[in-house]
Amino acid sequence: MEAVVFVFSLLDCCALIFLSVYFIITLSDLECDYINARSCCSKLNKWIIPELIGHTIVTLLMLVSLHWFIFLLNLPVATWNIYRFIMVPSGNMGVFDPTEIHNRGQLKSHMKEAMIKLGFHLLCFFMYLYSMILALIND
Amino acid sequence: MCNFKLSGSLIKISKRSPAQNQMQIPSGYGVYPQNYSAPSGHCFQGPGKMTSLPLDDQRGDYYSGLYTVPTQNVVTPKTTNQQPGAQQIYGRVPPAPHNVGSTPEYFQGAASSASHLYTSASQPYSSPVNHYSGPAMYSANSSAVSQGFPSTCGHYAVSTVSNAVYPSVSYPSLPAGEPYGQQMFTSQNASTVRPVRDNSFSSQNTALSHPSPLPPPPSQQYHQQQSLSGYSTPSWSASGPPSTQDNLVRNHTGSLTPANNNPTNTGMQYGEYVNNQASSAPTPLSSTSDDEEEEEEDEEAGIDSSSTTSSASPLPNSYDALEGGGYPDMLSSSASSPAPDPAPEPDPIPAPVPTAPQPSKVAKPFGYGYPTLQPGYQNTAAPLHSGGQPCSPAYSGFQQYAQQYPGMNQLSSSLGGLSLQSSVQPESLRPVNLTQERNILPVTPILAPIPNLNLDLKKLNCSPDSFRCTLTNIPQTQALLTKAKLPLGLLLHPFRDLTQLPVITSNTIVRCRSCRTYINPFVSFIDQRRWKCNLCYRVNDVPEEFMYNPLTRSYGEPHKRPEVQNSTVEFIASSDYMLRPPQPAVYLFVLDVSHNAVEAGYLTILCQSLLENLDKLPGDSRTRIGFVTFDSTIHFYNLQEGLSQPQMLIVSDIDDVFLPTPDSLLVNLHESKELIKDLLNALPNMFTNTRETHSALGPALQAAFKLMSPTGGRVSVFQTQLPSLGAGLLQSREDPNQRSSTKVVQHLGPATDFYKKLALDCSGQQTAVDLFLLSSQYSDLSSLACMSKYSAGCIYYYPSFHSTHNPSQAEKLQKELKRYLTRKIGFEAVMRIRCTKGLSMHTFHGNFFVRSTDLLSLANINPDAGFAVQLSIEESLTDTSLVCFQTALLYTSSKGERRIRVHTLCLPVVSSLADVYAGVDVQAAICLLANMAVDRSISTSLSDARDALVNAVVDSLSAYSSTVSNLQHSVLIAPSSLKLFPLYVLALLKQKAFRTGTSTRLDDRVYAMCQIKCQPLVHLMKMIHPNLYRIDRLIDEGAIHVNDRVVPQPPLQKLSAEKLTREGAFLMDCGCVFYIWVGKSCDNNFIEDVLGCPNFASIPQKMTHLPELDTLSSERTRSFITWLRDSRPLSPVLHVVKDESPAKTEFFQHLIEDRTEAAFSYYEFLLHIQQQICK
Repeated sequence: MEAVVFVFSLLDCCALIFLSVYFIITLSDLECDYINARSCCSKLNKWIIPELIGHTIVTLLMLVSLHWFIFLLNLPVATWNIYRFIMVPSGNMGVFDPTEIHNRGQLKSHMKEAMIKLGFHLLCFFMYLYSMILALIND
Repeated sequence: MCNFKLSGSLIKISKRSPAQNQMQIPSGYGVYPQNYSAPSGHCFQGPGKMTSLPLDDQRGDYYSGLYTVPTQNVVTPKTTNQQPGAQQIYGRVPPAPHNVGSTPEYFQGAASSASHLYTSASQPYSSPVNHYSGPAMYSANSSAVSQGFPSTCGHYAVSTVSNAVYPSVSYPSLPAGEPYGQQMFTSQNASTVRPVRDNSFSSQNTALSHPSPLPPPPSQQYHQQQSLSGYSTPSWSASGPPSTQDNLVRNHTGSLTPANNNPTNTGMQYGEYVNNQASSAPTPLSSTSDDEEEEEEDEEAGIDSSSTTSSASPLPNSYDALEGGGYPDMLSSSASSPAPDPAPEPDPIPAPVPTAPQPSKVAKPFGYGYPTLQPGYQNTAAPLHSGGQPCSPAYSGFQQYAQQYPGMNQLSSSLGGLSLQSSVQPESLRPVNLTQERNILPVTPILAPIPNLNLDLKKLNCSPDSFRCTLTNIPQTQALLTKAKLPLGLLLHPFRDLTQLPVITSNTIVRCRSCRTYINPFVSFIDQRRWKCNLCYRVNDVPEEFMYNPLTRSYGEPHKRPEVQNSTVEFIASSDYMLRPPQPAVYLFVLDVSHNAVEAGYLTILCQSLLENLDKLPGDSRTRIGFVTFDSTIHFYNLQEGLSQPQMLIVSDIDDVFLPTPDSLLVNLHESKELIKDLLNALPNMFTNTRETHSALGPALQAAFKLMSPTGGRVSVFQTQLPSLGAGLLQSREDPNQRSSTKVVQHLGPATDFYKKLALDCSGQQTAVDLFLLSSQYSDLSSLACMSKYSAGCIYYYPSFHSTHNPSQAEKLQKELKRYLTRKIGFEAVMRIRCTKGLSMHTFHGNFFVRSTDLLSLANINPDAGFAVQLSIEESLTDTSLVCFQTALLYTSSKGERRIRVHTLCLPVVSSLADVYAGVDVQAAICLLANMAVDRSISTSLSDARDALVNAVVDSLSAYSSTVSNLQHSVLIAPSSLKLFPLYVLALLKQKAFRTGTSTRLDDRVYAMCQIKCQPLVHLMKMIHPNLYRIDRLIDEGAIHVNDRVVPQPPLQKLSAEKLTREGAFLMDCGCVFYIWVGKSCDNNFIEDVLGCPNFASIPQKMTHLPELDTLSSERTRSFITWLRDSRPLSPVLHVVKDESPAKTEFFQHLIEDRTEAAFSYYEFLLHIQQQICK
């Protein structure tokens, strides 16, 4: 049972890693002026909800399967994702707004955020991998 | 004329045959749109290749043909006969009205500068003086440092200093054993160039320039006299090359004769060019003997110094030569070349304090940064080199003076506490005790500080009206900037109406190959064939075509081309700068015709204005125009040429809007003029009996977007209520009970992203949406404004508009419409702002869409749009002494020409905090802060923004008092440059946008915020801090003459009720509105002579015009008001406010220094700040 939980988490985590990489690539494309702000933001905004759902599922799964440490590790990031999604002003086009992304260093902070998430997901990945192997051996 | 064909949903008109339709052009365009929207980033950049014109076979042709345009346009020496006209000769803006024709003021400026010299001489830090008296000298200072020039003895120094100031040449004082003696000689030699001009100046106006408040020391007086006698000789050398005395003399003697006899002796002028060229020739060998004896490393600098000098000073001559102007003109221009020096001083009219308010005088940083300069860059600053070693000695010399003449120490008492690290004590750093200074506001309008550059660069620098920086001395590092706690940013007004603008047509627009910077006056020519970019320091080749100068019709003088002589130029771009053929001018009017709109009656005014200005709409033969009206349905008008009358087509399907006939709704203005006129005549009466109260604005906008997307252009939306149907419908969000709340102001941001998305779509299709909101109730401007904000449109708001009940609003609409319809317009524009490596832009303010990090996409650009940019310092600027900013605005003119308007601003870099404070441009800083505060109040909250504004004052003043001035904290001290900062911030806090506690309607507040975001600085300052004048006793003293009219210049009054007397009448200039407040017991003569009423009681409640009476006081008042009106594009509405009338609250709310129920008075505010600092 535990092995199944971790296999699922591992797959989910892989998806999140890919998503983070995609965010980083798209944002750096914008930074280098390869795509315009409008299309960049609409591309990224599409993936905000999948990312949020994916991460919340893992977090809840950890809670359900009583892996407290991993749950607590995931909790801040999940909270941040939800907070960010809720706090979008009504006039904005999503978490990424093309009219504001070049202002007040937003691009940089988005980039930083994506990097941190990538790091976090990588860490989680190895943790899940280790736990999965452990669980498989125990079985 | 009401017999339009009306139909239930849609009429397809079969008569229409697409082939003969106007839409041929759009269909042609149809190919492009996709291409166009996506890669338009490149369109600005232009392709990398530059086509150079083959010169060999068609040179004659090429000269006459290609350059006819530029020569006509560039040459603008209309004002050469004016003494201080040098500025105008350069094709810049005409000087501020204050300066026009008032030569004495200039001289006064000069005089006061001289006086300042002595005053500051008394201080231990005299180096600033040098800077300011001659930019030439500041470099001297630096060069001295860079070469380890030994600091010399006082005695010797004194004589050199006086030399510099009153340039009677006295080399003999050079110590013989001086290791750099030879070089010393050179620079001294050169130093005569600059001061001499000063001299020629002062000697012409001896009486005025000499009276300085403090008697000069005897030795200097002596020099002064000497220089006077020797006036003629050095004055000529001004235009000659600096280092060759022989040349100068020859020049002088040779040219003197024609000066008197032969007004058009071009031969002589060419002679001079030859000389110049010789000295400026690029090879080291051809540099003068002095240069040759210099050390190797200095060679480059020396050469360039001569080349730059020569490029700067003979320019007026070259213009004259072209125009065929006479020698006397030339004389005057060369003689008056120093004029711009005193002229742009912040305070040309004698101020109470007899010190020259030159901004920052920096000594150390320049010298400091110099040795590490990259060689090419050094060159730009190199004319300074020629400027004269004496400076460094001057330092010690003045120090001696300070000791010798302690009595002169006029300011010493107030300066007592200054720390030693501030090596500078210019006027702008004079500490002001804010709580004790009662009259903080100067009596004359505040002008922009002039960056502390050398004279040549100063003359070339961009006009502060187009381009301003909040800090005219850029701090070297981000750490220094953070320490100063001042905002760093640029304020731009790029498309300002200019009276004189050099327009350049050439095949190759010379740009840096790596950073794409346009060539500008601040680049350096390494030799004749190569130039060094001043932004990225890349060395570029000078293209063949650039070697020819169309102004002088000579070859081989790239540094004299108009591009290099003017910091504001306009290029006519080639097809490389287009992604599609230039679009025609296309105007679409989207009009609300619901019951509410008809009731307000704006249609009459609009149609009337349009009818009057139909021929004045900017455009060419391709201009197209269309109309869409909407209530709960959308009405299109078929105006196809050939119809007997306009046809109305109604689309009632607002959920999926479509165009009934795509190609006859936007029609050629000239071909269908009669139909358009018919429609405009009929429109006001067509909907008189409508009962439709709904407004489907969103669908109408979608239709407009569909209509415009093939071409792009301008959509003008007139809306009178909340949109209530279809996409983009809005709900009322305002709670009237919260209007005067002191806590939270909600709903400053948009309610929906519909308008933002629409604006971005429009922007992508080069369409701008301008919004006219004429509503009596809440209409959610914060949501509606988005359609203009992001599509580079403009927003007009007329609260409680009614054509008959509210005549002043109606008049305002009429005037603004006239301006709106006839002003210049640029289509499919992009603006790119570049700055020197190390600086970066991080936030932009204004109406546009930021397409990439430094590229603003502007579907339309209009002359009333202003922008602001926040900067940060990414890398330390230690290896450079100057930074430059360049904005390039690429647009399609209404005549279908692709043009690029380029502005370049150059500023010095400083390393000490004192210098940063000395260079603050407080007005620019306030405007930038206002922009930032708007952002803050929308993203977080209004109270947060208010706190941030107060903190900006607290932080900067406490940083100043703790680092620069060591005075005690118990007094509130500000440097003179920042003395108005608290006042302006208080004014901002009492502005409609940011005030709390006073009842403010949400739409009014949001509109004020929109205005802060998109108004240029001049207009914004009037809005923030209006000007108050007393006008019942206008006198001719100090009056200026404009077009044969005497314009009195009453002093500015501070905005406080204590200045209002019941016996007086006051004029308040708030930018877009004038108030005349008449006191209860105002002199009856004034009421009779100016207002045309027998007594106070009979003045009508709503008076908006002054009668044209044939009395002296009426004439004076009217000429003053006309003069104020002429200085701005939009003619403001005048309100006469009686002391007792209810309208006086409007007037009194602008008296920002007074206490209100909800806000501090100025004095209380100062105490509050002081408290905060002490905390």
